[in-house]
Amino acid sequence: MDEIQKTLLEEVAGLHEIPAGAYNIRANGALSSRNTTEHIDIVTKEDKPGIDIIIKPGTKKESVHIPVLISQTGLEDLVYNDFYIGEDCDVLIVAGCGIHNGGNRTSKHDGIHTFHIGKNAKVKYVEKHYGSGEGTGENIMNPQTIVYMEEGSYMEMETTQIKGIDSPDRVTKAKLADDARIVITEKIMTHGKQYAKTEFEVDMDGKNSSTNVISRSVAKDQSSQLFVSKINGNNKCAGHTECDAIIMDDAHISAVPEITANHLDAELIHEAAIGKIAGEQLIKLMTLGLTEKEAEEQIVNGFLK
Amino acid sequence: MLELQNVSFSVTDQDGKKKEIIKDLSLKIDDKKFVVITGPNGSGKSTLAKLIAGIEKVTSGKIIYNGQDITDMTIDERARLGISFAFQQPVRFKGIKVKDLLKLAAGEQYMKGACDYLGEVGLCARDYLNRDVDGSLSGGELKRIEIATIIARNTPFSIFDEPEAGIDLWSFKNLIKVFEKMHKEQENSIMIISHQERILNIADEIIVIAGGKMKARGKKDEILPELLEGTKCRFYQED
Ligand SMILES: Nc1ncnc2c1ncn2[C@@H]1O[C@H](COP(=O)(O)OP(=O)(O)OP(=O)(O)O)[C@@H](O)[C@H]1O
Ligand SMILES: [Mg+2]
Repeated sequence: MDEIQKTLLEEVAGLHEIPAGAYNIRANGALSSRNTTEHIDIVTKEDKPGIDIIIKPGTKKESVHIPVLISQTGLEDLVYNDFYIGEDCDVLIVAGCGIHNGGNRTSKHDGIHTFHIGKNAKVKYVEKHYGSGEGTGENIMNPQTIVYMEEGSYMEMETTQIKGIDSPDRVTKAKLADDARIVITEKIMTHGKQYAKTEFEVDMDGKNSSTNVISRSVAKDQSSQLFVSKINGNNKCAGHTECDAIIMDDAHISAVPEITANHLDAELIHEAAIGKIAGEQLIKLMTLGLTEKEAEEQIVNGFLK
Repeated sequence: MLELQNVSFSVTDQDGKKKEIIKDLSLKIDDKKFVVITGPNGSGKSTLAKLIAGIEKVTSGKIIYNGQDITDMTIDERARLGISFAFQQPVRFKGIKVKDLLKLAAGEQYMKGACDYLGEVGLCARDYLNRDVDGSLSGGELKRIEIATIIARNTPFSIFDEPEAGIDLWSFKNLIKVFEKMHKEQENSIMIISHQERILNIADEIIVIAGGKMKARGKKDEILPELLEGTKCRFYQED
Protein backbone atom coordinates (compact mmCIF):
# COMPACT_ATOMS: atom_id res chain seq x y z
CA MET A 1 0.00 0.00 0.00
CA ASP A 2 1.41 3.43 -0.91
CA GLU A 3 1.20 6.66 1.08
CA ILE A 4 -1.85 8.00 -0.76
CA GLN A 5 -3.71 4.78 -0.13
CA LYS A 6 -2.72 4.86 3.53
CA THR A 7 -4.16 8.37 3.86
CA LEU A 8 -7.37 7.28 2.16
CA LEU A 9 -7.59 4.30 4.48
CA GLU A 10 -7.28 6.56 7.48
CA GLU A 11 -9.96 8.92 6.19
CA VAL A 12 -12.56 6.31 5.34
CA ALA A 13 -11.93 3.69 7.98
CA GLY A 14 -10.13 5.62 10.72
CA LEU A 15 -7.38 3.05 10.38
CA HIS A 16 -3.71 3.78 10.64
CA GLU A 17 -2.76 0.31 9.65
CA ILE A 18 -4.22 -3.09 8.98
CA PRO A 19 -7.30 -3.50 11.16
CA ALA A 20 -7.93 -6.17 13.75
CA GLY A 21 -10.62 -8.72 12.95
CA ALA A 22 -11.94 -9.53 9.53
CA TYR A 23 -11.20 -7.18 6.65
CA ASN A 24 -11.07 -6.92 2.93
CA ILE A 25 -9.17 -4.04 1.39
CA ARG A 26 -9.84 -3.36 -2.25
CA ALA A 27 -7.37 -1.02 -3.93
CA ASN A 28 -7.63 0.21 -7.51
CA GLY A 29 -10.18 -2.40 -8.48
CA ALA A 30 -8.39 -5.46 -7.12
CA LEU A 31 -8.01 -7.27 -3.82
CA SER A 32 -5.18 -5.78 -1.80
CA SER A 33 -5.44 -7.79 1.39
CA ARG A 34 -7.93 -9.86 3.34
CA ASN A 35 -8.31 -11.49 6.71
CA THR A 36 -11.00 -13.84 7.89
CA THR A 37 -11.69 -15.05 11.42
CA GLU A 38 -13.20 -18.11 13.01
CA HIS A 39 -16.65 -16.53 12.83
CA ILE A 40 -16.42 -14.29 9.80
CA ASP A 41 -15.71 -15.56 6.33
CA ILE A 42 -15.09 -13.45 3.24
CA VAL A 43 -15.40 -15.12 -0.17
CA THR A 44 -14.76 -13.63 -3.60
CA LYS A 45 -17.77 -13.86 -5.90
CA GLU A 46 -17.42 -16.08 -8.94
CA ASP A 47 -20.09 -14.63 -11.21
CA LYS A 48 -19.47 -10.90 -10.78
CA PRO A 49 -17.05 -8.56 -9.05
CA GLY A 50 -17.46 -8.42 -5.30
CA ILE A 51 -17.47 -10.46 -2.13
CA ASP A 52 -19.76 -12.38 0.17
CA ILE A 53 -19.30 -11.70 3.85
CA ILE A 54 -20.69 -14.48 5.96
CA ILE A 55 -21.04 -13.99 9.69
CA LYS A 56 -21.89 -17.06 11.75
CA PRO A 57 -24.92 -16.96 14.06
CA GLY A 58 -24.15 -15.76 17.57
CA THR A 59 -21.01 -13.82 16.61
CA LYS A 60 -20.62 -11.01 19.11
CA LYS A 61 -18.38 -7.96 19.42
CA GLU A 62 -16.57 -8.58 16.17
CA SER A 63 -15.97 -6.20 13.31
CA VAL A 64 -15.51 -6.31 9.56
CA HIS A 65 -13.76 -3.58 7.60
CA ILE A 66 -14.19 -3.44 3.85
CA PRO A 67 -12.61 -0.21 2.60
CA VAL A 68 -12.28 0.55 -1.09
CA LEU A 69 -9.39 2.77 -2.13
CA ILE A 70 -8.89 4.33 -5.54
CA SER A 71 -5.81 6.33 -6.36
CA GLN A 72 -5.62 5.73 -10.08
CA THR A 73 -7.31 8.41 -12.19
CA GLY A 74 -10.02 7.23 -14.56
CA LEU A 75 -10.69 3.97 -12.77
CA GLU A 76 -14.29 2.84 -12.85
CA ASP A 77 -15.11 0.19 -10.33
CA LEU A 78 -18.36 -1.66 -9.67
CA VAL A 79 -18.72 -4.19 -6.88
CA TYR A 80 -21.43 -6.27 -5.32
CA ASN A 81 -20.99 -6.98 -1.64
CA ASP A 82 -23.43 -9.31 0.07
CA PHE A 83 -23.56 -9.62 3.82
CA TYR A 84 -25.11 -12.62 5.49
CA ILE A 85 -25.46 -11.92 9.18
CA GLY A 86 -26.57 -14.87 11.28
CA GLU A 87 -29.10 -14.87 14.09
CA ASP A 88 -28.22 -13.19 17.37
CA CYS A 89 -25.07 -11.57 16.04
CA ASP A 90 -23.81 -8.25 17.38
CA VAL A 91 -21.30 -6.86 14.91
CA LEU A 92 -19.78 -3.70 13.52
CA ILE A 93 -19.31 -3.31 9.78
CA VAL A 94 -17.24 -0.45 8.44
CA ALA A 95 -17.30 0.25 4.73
CA GLY A 96 -15.89 3.25 3.05
CA CYS A 97 -14.61 4.55 -0.18
CA GLY A 98 -11.69 6.87 -0.57
CA ILE A 99 -10.82 8.27 -3.95
CA HIS A 100 -7.70 10.27 -4.67
CA ASN A 101 -7.81 11.67 -8.15
CA GLY A 102 -4.61 13.29 -9.29
CA GLY A 103 -5.57 13.27 -12.94
CA ASN A 104 -8.19 14.68 -15.24
CA ARG A 105 -10.34 11.64 -15.83
CA THR A 106 -13.39 10.61 -13.84
CA SER A 107 -12.84 8.06 -11.11
CA LYS A 108 -15.92 6.16 -10.17
CA HIS A 109 -16.95 3.61 -7.62
CA ASP A 110 -20.37 2.07 -7.48
CA GLY A 111 -20.95 -0.32 -4.62
CA ILE A 112 -24.07 -2.38 -4.21
CA HIS A 113 -24.33 -3.65 -0.67
CA THR A 114 -26.99 -6.12 0.28
CA PHE A 115 -27.57 -7.09 3.89
CA HIS A 116 -29.45 -10.14 5.06
CA ILE A 117 -29.83 -9.67 8.78
CA GLY A 118 -30.90 -12.72 10.79
CA LYS A 119 -33.35 -12.88 13.67
CA ASN A 120 -32.50 -10.70 16.67
CA ALA A 121 -29.15 -9.75 15.18
CA LYS A 122 -27.69 -6.30 15.84
CA VAL A 123 -25.62 -4.56 13.22
CA LYS A 124 -23.91 -1.23 13.23
CA TYR A 125 -22.97 -0.23 9.72
CA VAL A 126 -20.73 2.77 9.14
CA GLU A 127 -20.01 4.10 5.69
CA LYS A 128 -17.67 6.98 4.98
CA HIS A 129 -16.85 8.64 1.72
CA TYR A 130 -13.89 10.81 1.06
CA GLY A 131 -12.35 12.30 -2.05
CA SER A 132 -9.10 14.16 -2.52
CA GLY A 133 -6.61 14.97 -5.21
CA GLU A 134 -5.40 17.98 -7.08
CA GLY A 135 -6.60 16.68 -10.45
CA THR A 136 -9.54 18.02 -12.39
CA GLY A 137 -11.14 14.60 -12.77
CA GLU A 138 -14.37 14.02 -10.90
CA ASN A 139 -14.78 11.53 -8.08
CA ILE A 140 -18.12 9.85 -8.41
CA MET A 141 -19.73 7.31 -6.18
CA ASN A 142 -23.21 5.91 -6.23
CA PRO A 143 -23.62 3.54 -3.35
CA GLN A 144 -26.69 1.37 -3.10
CA THR A 145 -27.63 -0.32 0.12
CA ILE A 146 -30.36 -2.89 0.35
CA VAL A 147 -31.30 -4.32 3.71
CA TYR A 148 -33.50 -7.28 4.54
CA MET A 149 -34.27 -7.50 8.21
CA GLU A 150 -35.69 -10.54 9.92
CA GLU A 151 -37.74 -10.55 13.10
CA GLY A 152 -36.38 -8.60 16.00
CA SER A 153 -33.25 -7.48 14.18
CA TYR A 154 -31.75 -4.03 14.62
CA MET A 155 -29.55 -2.00 12.33
CA GLU A 156 -27.91 1.34 12.87
CA MET A 157 -26.56 2.82 9.67
CA GLU A 158 -24.37 5.90 9.54
CA THR A 159 -23.26 7.46 6.30
CA THR A 160 -20.99 10.43 5.99
CA GLN A 161 -19.98 12.29 2.92
CA ILE A 162 -17.95 15.32 3.77
CA LYS A 163 -15.49 16.14 1.11
CA GLY A 164 -14.53 15.80 -2.48
CA ILE A 165 -17.07 13.25 -3.63
CA ASP A 166 -19.95 13.62 -6.04
CA SER A 167 -22.75 11.29 -5.26
CA PRO A 168 -25.47 12.02 -7.72
CA ASP A 169 -27.48 8.97 -6.90
CA ARG A 170 -27.42 7.19 -3.59
CA VAL A 171 -30.14 4.71 -2.77
CA THR A 172 -30.89 2.95 0.51
CA LYS A 173 -33.73 0.49 0.82
CA ALA A 174 -34.84 -1.59 3.76
CA LYS A 175 -37.53 -4.19 4.33
CA LEU A 176 -38.48 -4.89 7.92
CA ALA A 177 -40.12 -7.96 9.44
CA ASP A 178 -41.87 -8.06 12.85
CA ASP A 179 -40.14 -6.07 15.62
CA ALA A 180 -37.28 -5.07 13.35
CA ARG A 181 -35.86 -1.57 13.64
CA ILE A 182 -33.53 0.45 11.45
CA VAL A 183 -32.02 3.81 12.32
CA ILE A 184 -30.31 5.66 9.51
CA THR A 185 -28.24 8.81 10.01
CA GLU A 186 -26.70 10.59 7.10
CA LYS A 187 -24.41 13.58 7.08
CA ILE A 188 -23.63 15.39 3.91
CA MET A 189 -21.69 18.46 2.97
CA THR A 190 -21.55 19.58 -0.62
CA HIS A 191 -19.54 22.41 -2.12
CA GLY A 192 -18.48 23.82 -5.47
CA LYS A 193 -20.85 22.60 -8.13
CA GLN A 194 -21.56 19.25 -6.52
CA TYR A 195 -24.88 17.52 -6.71
CA ALA A 196 -25.96 14.93 -4.17
CA LYS A 197 -29.13 12.95 -4.23
CA THR A 198 -30.02 10.56 -1.47
CA GLU A 199 -33.07 8.40 -1.53
CA PHE A 200 -34.32 6.28 1.33
CA GLU A 201 -37.10 3.79 1.11
CA VAL A 202 -38.16 1.80 4.14
CA ASP A 203 -40.93 -0.79 4.00
CA MET A 204 -42.23 -1.58 7.43
CA ASP A 205 -43.93 -4.86 6.65
CA GLY A 206 -43.70 -6.41 10.10
CA LYS A 207 -45.83 -5.82 13.16
CA ASN A 208 -44.17 -3.40 15.61
CA SER A 209 -41.39 -2.61 13.19
CA SER A 210 -39.95 0.88 13.34
CA THR A 211 -37.56 3.25 11.65
CA ASN A 212 -35.91 6.60 12.09
CA VAL A 213 -34.24 8.26 9.12
CA ILE A 214 -32.25 11.38 9.99
CA SER A 215 -30.44 13.59 7.55
CA ARG A 216 -28.23 16.52 8.43
CA SER A 217 -26.68 18.40 5.60
CA VAL A 218 -24.89 21.55 4.61
CA ALA A 219 -24.85 22.85 1.05
CA LYS A 220 -22.26 25.48 0.16
CA ASP A 221 -21.31 27.45 -2.96
CA GLN A 222 -23.40 26.47 -5.98
CA SER A 223 -23.96 22.89 -4.89
CA SER A 224 -27.34 21.25 -4.76
CA GLN A 225 -28.92 18.46 -2.77
CA LEU A 226 -32.04 16.39 -3.03
CA PHE A 227 -33.23 14.33 -0.09
CA VAL A 228 -36.02 11.86 -0.74
CA SER A 229 -37.41 9.82 2.10
CA LYS A 230 -40.12 7.26 1.46
CA ILE A 231 -41.56 5.40 4.37
CA ASN A 232 -44.27 2.84 3.94
CA GLY A 233 -46.18 1.59 6.95
CA ASN A 234 -47.71 -1.70 5.95
CA ASN A 235 -48.46 -2.95 9.44
CA LYS A 236 -48.70 -1.68 12.99
CA CYS A 237 -45.45 0.29 12.98
CA ALA A 238 -43.77 3.60 13.78
CA GLY A 239 -41.78 5.64 11.30
CA HIS A 240 -40.02 8.95 11.70
CA THR A 241 -37.95 10.82 9.17
CA GLU A 242 -36.31 14.19 9.48
CA CYS A 243 -34.18 16.40 7.33
CA ASP A 244 -32.32 19.30 8.85
CA ALA A 245 -30.30 21.33 6.40
CA ILE A 246 -28.19 24.47 6.34
CA ILE A 247 -28.10 26.34 3.08
CA MET A 248 -25.23 28.71 2.29
CA ASP A 249 -24.12 30.91 -0.60
CA ASP A 250 -25.98 30.07 -3.81
CA ALA A 251 -26.81 26.48 -2.98
CA HIS A 252 -30.06 24.60 -3.53
CA ILE A 253 -31.65 22.03 -1.24
CA SER A 254 -34.86 20.08 -1.64
CA ALA A 255 -36.40 17.67 0.84
CA VAL A 256 -39.16 15.42 -0.42
CA PRO A 257 -41.06 13.41 2.13
CA GLU A 258 -43.22 10.57 1.00
CA ILE A 259 -44.86 8.77 3.88
CA THR A 260 -47.54 6.25 3.14
CA ALA A 261 -49.73 4.46 5.65
CA ASN A 262 -51.30 1.24 4.45
CA HIS A 263 -52.43 0.14 7.87
CA LEU A 264 -54.64 1.76 10.49
CA ASP A 265 -51.98 1.46 13.17
CA ALA A 266 -49.12 2.85 11.17
CA GLU A 267 -47.77 6.03 12.77
CA LEU A 268 -45.60 8.10 10.50
CA ILE A 269 -43.97 11.47 10.99
CA HIS A 270 -41.91 13.60 8.67
CA GLU A 271 -40.06 16.74 9.65
CA ALA A 272 -37.98 18.93 7.40
CA ALA A 273 -36.24 22.20 8.08
CA ILE A 274 -34.00 24.08 5.67
CA GLY A 275 -32.53 27.42 6.48
CA LYS A 276 -29.42 29.49 6.58
CA ILE A 277 -27.18 29.60 9.64
CA ALA A 278 -29.12 31.41 12.34
CA GLY A 279 -27.84 34.97 12.53
CA GLU A 280 -27.95 34.96 16.31
CA GLN A 281 -25.63 31.94 16.40
CA LEU A 282 -23.08 33.80 14.28
CA ILE A 283 -23.45 36.89 16.44
CA LYS A 284 -22.97 34.93 19.66
CA LEU A 285 -19.73 33.37 18.46
CA MET A 286 -18.51 36.71 17.14
CA THR A 287 -19.03 38.26 20.57
CA LEU A 288 -16.58 35.62 21.77
CA GLY A 289 -14.02 37.01 19.32
CA LEU A 290 -14.44 34.71 16.33
CA THR A 291 -14.51 36.25 12.86
CA GLU A 292 -17.65 35.67 10.86
CA LYS A 293 -15.86 33.00 8.84
CA GLU A 294 -14.55 31.19 11.92
CA ALA A 295 -18.00 31.34 13.50
CA GLU A 296 -19.53 29.83 10.37
CA GLU A 297 -17.01 26.98 10.42
CA GLN A 298 -17.72 26.23 14.08
CA ILE A 299 -21.44 26.12 13.47
CA VAL A 300 -21.17 23.92 10.37
CA ASN A 301 -18.71 21.52 11.98
CA GLY A 302 -20.83 21.21 15.09
CA PHE A 303 -23.93 20.64 13.02
CA LEU A 304 -22.32 17.78 11.13
CA LYS A 305 -20.54 16.23 14.11
CA MET B 1 -12.73 53.51 29.67
CA LEU B 2 -15.89 53.37 27.63
CA GLU B 3 -17.54 56.49 26.34
CA LEU B 4 -20.73 57.00 24.38
CA GLN B 5 -20.93 60.38 22.68
CA ASN B 6 -24.39 61.56 21.62
CA VAL B 7 -25.44 58.08 20.58
CA SER B 8 -28.78 57.68 18.82
CA PHE B 9 -30.30 54.56 17.37
CA SER B 10 -33.44 54.33 15.34
CA VAL B 11 -35.21 51.62 13.38
CA THR B 12 -37.91 51.69 10.78
CA ASP B 13 -40.93 49.75 12.01
CA GLN B 14 -43.36 47.65 9.96
CA ASP B 15 -45.43 50.66 8.92
CA GLY B 16 -42.32 52.34 7.57
CA LYS B 17 -42.28 54.79 10.46
CA LYS B 18 -39.02 55.82 12.03
CA LYS B 19 -38.74 54.88 15.67
CA GLU B 20 -35.99 56.28 17.87
CA ILE B 21 -34.98 53.79 20.51
CA ILE B 22 -31.88 55.49 21.91
CA LYS B 23 -31.97 59.25 21.95
CA ASP B 24 -28.80 61.32 21.98
CA LEU B 25 -27.30 59.45 24.88
CA SER B 26 -23.90 60.33 26.29
CA LEU B 27 -22.24 58.29 28.97
CA LYS B 28 -18.77 57.60 30.37
CA ILE B 29 -17.81 54.52 32.32
CA ASP B 30 -14.39 54.59 33.94
CA ASP B 31 -12.12 51.58 34.27
CA LYS B 32 -12.80 49.03 36.98
CA LYS B 33 -16.26 50.36 37.69
CA PHE B 34 -19.24 48.29 38.67
CA VAL B 35 -22.28 49.89 37.10
CA VAL B 36 -25.87 48.72 37.09
CA ILE B 37 -28.33 49.93 34.49
CA THR B 38 -32.01 49.77 35.23
CA GLY B 39 -35.21 51.17 33.83
CA PRO B 40 -38.62 50.14 32.59
CA ASN B 41 -39.22 47.34 30.10
CA GLY B 42 -38.69 48.52 26.56
CA SER B 43 -36.68 51.58 27.60
CA GLY B 44 -33.67 50.65 25.48
CA LYS B 45 -31.30 48.94 27.92
CA SER B 46 -30.61 45.84 25.81
CA THR B 47 -30.36 48.02 22.73
CA LEU B 48 -27.70 50.09 24.46
CA ALA B 49 -25.76 46.93 25.30
CA LYS B 50 -26.02 45.74 21.70
CA LEU B 51 -24.72 49.07 20.45
CA ILE B 52 -21.68 48.74 22.71
CA ALA B 53 -21.05 45.14 21.61
CA GLY B 54 -21.50 46.08 17.94
CA ILE B 55 -24.55 43.91 17.35
CA GLU B 56 -26.47 47.04 16.42
CA LYS B 57 -24.81 50.03 14.78
CA VAL B 58 -25.46 53.57 15.98
CA THR B 59 -27.51 55.83 13.74
CA SER B 60 -25.43 58.75 14.93
CA GLY B 61 -22.88 59.46 17.61
CA LYS B 62 -19.64 57.77 18.59
CA ILE B 63 -18.43 55.00 20.83
CA ILE B 64 -14.92 55.31 22.22
CA TYR B 65 -13.19 52.47 24.03
CA ASN B 66 -9.85 53.13 25.71
CA GLY B 67 -9.31 56.16 23.54
CA GLN B 68 -10.05 54.29 20.34
CA ASP B 69 -13.08 55.02 18.15
CA ILE B 70 -14.85 51.69 17.82
CA THR B 71 -18.06 53.03 16.27
CA ASP B 72 -17.39 51.30 12.96
CA MET B 73 -15.79 48.14 14.31
CA THR B 74 -17.38 44.74 13.86
CA ILE B 75 -18.64 42.59 16.72
CA ASP B 76 -15.58 40.36 16.73
CA GLU B 77 -13.12 43.25 16.57
CA ARG B 78 -14.70 44.73 19.66
CA ALA B 79 -14.74 41.33 21.34
CA ARG B 80 -11.02 40.96 20.71
CA LEU B 81 -10.42 44.42 22.20
CA GLY B 82 -11.92 43.09 25.42
CA ILE B 83 -15.65 43.69 25.36
CA SER B 84 -17.88 40.80 26.44
CA PHE B 85 -21.63 40.53 26.38
CA ALA B 86 -23.87 37.99 28.11
CA PHE B 87 -27.18 37.97 26.24
CA GLN B 88 -30.53 38.52 27.88
CA GLN B 89 -31.76 35.58 25.80
CA PRO B 90 -28.89 33.17 25.23
CA VAL B 91 -28.56 31.45 21.87
CA ARG B 92 -29.05 27.72 21.31
CA PHE B 93 -26.93 25.73 18.87
CA LYS B 94 -26.99 22.32 17.24
CA GLY B 95 -23.95 20.17 17.91
CA ILE B 96 -21.97 22.68 19.99
CA LYS B 97 -21.19 21.49 23.49
CA VAL B 98 -20.82 23.48 26.68
CA LYS B 99 -17.10 22.72 26.69
CA ASP B 100 -16.76 23.94 23.09
CA LEU B 101 -18.33 27.24 24.01
CA LEU B 102 -16.13 27.61 27.11
CA LYS B 103 -13.07 26.78 25.05
CA LEU B 104 -13.96 29.41 22.46
CA ALA B 105 -14.55 31.92 25.26
CA ALA B 106 -11.50 31.23 27.42
CA GLY B 107 -9.03 30.12 24.78
CA GLU B 108 -6.71 27.20 25.19
CA GLN B 109 -6.12 27.51 28.91
CA TYR B 110 -9.83 26.82 29.47
CA MET B 111 -9.54 23.32 30.93
CA LYS B 112 -7.86 24.68 34.04
CA GLY B 113 -10.84 26.84 34.84
CA ALA B 114 -13.69 24.86 33.32
CA CYS B 115 -14.86 23.58 36.67
CA ASP B 116 -14.58 27.01 38.29
CA TYR B 117 -16.52 28.84 35.58
CA LEU B 118 -19.40 26.42 35.79
CA GLY B 119 -19.10 26.08 39.55
CA GLU B 120 -19.48 29.84 39.99
CA VAL B 121 -22.89 29.68 38.36
CA GLY B 122 -23.82 26.60 40.36
CA LEU B 123 -23.41 23.96 37.68
CA CYS B 124 -21.37 20.81 38.09
CA ALA B 125 -18.79 20.64 35.33
CA ARG B 126 -18.93 16.87 35.16
CA ASP B 127 -22.64 16.96 34.37
CA TYR B 128 -22.57 19.79 31.90
CA LEU B 129 -19.31 19.98 29.93
CA ASN B 130 -20.47 17.40 27.41
CA ARG B 131 -24.04 18.64 27.11
CA ASP B 132 -25.14 20.20 23.83
CA VAL B 133 -26.00 23.88 24.06
CA ASP B 134 -29.41 23.22 22.53
CA GLY B 135 -33.06 22.84 23.40
CA SER B 136 -32.27 20.08 25.87
CA LEU B 137 -30.98 22.63 28.40
CA SER B 138 -33.53 24.39 30.58
CA GLY B 139 -33.83 28.14 30.33
CA GLY B 140 -32.03 28.68 33.63
CA GLU B 141 -29.24 26.25 32.77
CA LEU B 142 -28.70 28.00 29.46
CA LYS B 143 -28.63 31.36 31.17
CA ARG B 144 -26.06 30.17 33.68
CA ILE B 145 -23.86 28.75 30.95
CA GLU B 146 -24.07 32.08 29.15
CA ILE B 147 -22.82 33.82 32.29
CA ALA B 148 -20.06 31.21 32.73
CA THR B 149 -18.71 31.90 29.22
CA ILE B 150 -18.41 35.59 30.04
CA ILE B 151 -16.67 34.81 33.33
CA ALA B 152 -14.36 32.53 31.33
CA ARG B 153 -13.48 35.32 28.91
CA ASN B 154 -12.43 37.56 31.81
CA THR B 155 -12.16 40.70 29.68
CA PRO B 156 -11.67 44.32 30.80
CA PHE B 157 -15.30 45.22 30.01
CA SER B 158 -18.24 42.87 30.46
CA ILE B 159 -21.94 43.49 30.03
CA PHE B 160 -24.49 41.16 31.60
CA ASP B 161 -28.04 41.64 30.37
CA GLU B 162 -30.46 40.64 33.14
CA PRO B 163 -28.26 37.84 34.48
CA GLU B 164 -30.86 37.06 37.15
CA ALA B 165 -33.63 36.26 34.68
CA GLY B 166 -34.78 32.66 35.00
CA ILE B 167 -32.23 31.80 37.68
CA ASP B 168 -33.55 29.94 40.70
CA LEU B 169 -33.34 31.39 44.23
CA TRP B 170 -30.39 29.27 45.31
CA SER B 171 -28.27 29.92 42.27
CA PHE B 172 -29.21 33.58 42.45
CA LYS B 173 -27.57 33.87 45.87
CA ASN B 174 -24.46 32.35 44.38
CA LEU B 175 -24.60 34.64 41.41
CA ILE B 176 -24.72 37.65 43.69
CA LYS B 177 -21.61 36.33 45.41
CA VAL B 178 -19.90 35.98 42.05
CA PHE B 179 -20.69 39.58 41.20
CA GLU B 180 -19.66 40.73 44.66
CA LYS B 181 -16.35 38.97 44.19
CA MET B 182 -15.83 40.58 40.82
CA HIS B 183 -16.66 43.90 42.42
CA LYS B 184 -14.21 43.41 45.24
CA GLU B 185 -11.40 42.32 42.99
CA GLN B 186 -11.98 45.46 40.90
CA GLU B 187 -9.96 44.14 38.02
CA ASN B 188 -12.42 44.76 35.26
CA SER B 189 -15.37 46.96 34.47
CA ILE B 190 -18.74 45.33 34.85
CA MET B 191 -21.99 46.66 33.49
CA ILE B 192 -25.09 44.81 34.58
CA ILE B 193 -28.56 45.43 33.27
CA SER B 194 -30.96 44.44 36.00
CA HIS B 195 -34.30 44.94 37.66
CA GLN B 196 -33.19 43.24 40.89
CA GLU B 197 -32.76 45.21 44.06
CA ARG B 198 -30.04 42.87 45.29
CA ILE B 199 -27.98 43.53 42.20
CA LEU B 200 -28.65 47.28 42.31
CA ASN B 201 -27.41 47.08 45.87
CA ILE B 202 -23.86 46.05 44.97
CA ALA B 203 -23.38 48.73 42.32
CA ASP B 204 -20.85 51.55 42.57
CA GLU B 205 -23.22 53.49 40.45
CA ILE B 206 -26.72 53.15 39.10
CA ILE B 207 -27.83 54.46 35.73
CA VAL B 208 -31.54 54.78 34.98
CA ILE B 209 -32.59 54.58 31.35
CA ALA B 210 -36.14 55.48 30.35
CA GLY B 211 -37.51 56.21 26.91
CA GLY B 212 -34.10 55.80 25.34
CA LYS B 213 -32.49 58.47 27.51
CA MET B 214 -30.41 58.54 30.64
CA LYS B 215 -32.80 59.75 33.30
CA ALA B 216 -30.54 59.58 36.29
CA ARG B 217 -27.11 58.50 37.31
CA GLY B 218 -25.50 58.42 40.67
CA LYS B 219 -24.28 56.50 43.69
CA LYS B 220 -26.63 53.82 44.79
CA ASP B 221 -27.58 55.77 47.95
CA GLU B 222 -28.78 58.63 45.82
CA ILE B 223 -30.73 56.62 43.29
CA LEU B 224 -31.95 53.49 45.00
CA PRO B 225 -34.32 55.03 47.58
CA GLU B 226 -36.25 56.90 44.94
CA LEU B 227 -36.37 53.88 42.65
CA LEU B 228 -37.78 51.76 45.42
CA GLU B 229 -40.44 54.27 46.35
CA GLY B 230 -42.59 52.75 43.66
CA THR B 231 -45.01 54.04 41.15
CA LYS B 232 -44.38 57.77 41.39
CA CYS B 233 -40.71 57.49 40.58
CA ARG B 234 -39.73 60.59 38.69
CA PHE B 235 -36.97 58.80 36.78
CA TYR B 236 -39.54 56.69 34.99
CA GLN B 237 -41.60 59.62 33.85
CA GLU B 238 -41.69 60.24 30.10
CA ASP B 239 -41.18 63.84 29.11
N1 LIG C 1 -34.89 45.85 15.75
C1 LIG C 1 -35.93 46.46 16.33
N2 LIG C 1 -37.02 46.83 15.61
C2 LIG C 1 -38.08 47.44 16.19
N3 LIG C 1 -38.14 47.74 17.48
C3 LIG C 1 -37.10 47.41 18.25
C4 LIG C 1 -35.95 46.74 17.74
N4 LIG C 1 -35.08 46.53 18.74
C5 LIG C 1 -35.67 47.02 19.84
N5 LIG C 1 -36.87 47.54 19.56
C6 LIG C 1 -37.77 48.23 20.50
O1 LIG C 1 -37.00 49.14 21.22
C7 LIG C 1 -37.41 49.23 22.55
C8 LIG C 1 -36.25 48.94 23.49
O2 LIG C 1 -35.94 47.56 23.48
P1 LIG C 1 -34.88 46.93 24.47
O3 LIG C 1 -34.80 45.49 24.18
O4 LIG C 1 -33.61 47.70 24.36
O5 LIG C 1 -35.58 47.20 25.87
P2 LIG C 1 -35.08 46.86 27.33
O6 LIG C 1 -34.89 48.14 28.03
O7 LIG C 1 -33.90 45.93 27.28
O8 LIG C 1 -36.34 46.10 27.93
P3 LIG C 1 -36.46 44.84 28.95
O9 LIG C 1 -36.33 45.39 30.32
O10 LIG C 1 -37.86 44.37 28.70
O11 LIG C 1 -35.43 43.86 28.59
C9 LIG C 1 -38.58 48.26 22.68
O12 LIG C 1 -39.77 48.96 22.55
C10 LIG C 1 -38.39 47.32 21.52
O13 LIG C 1 -39.61 46.80 21.12
MG1 LIG D 1 -33.64 43.96 27.72
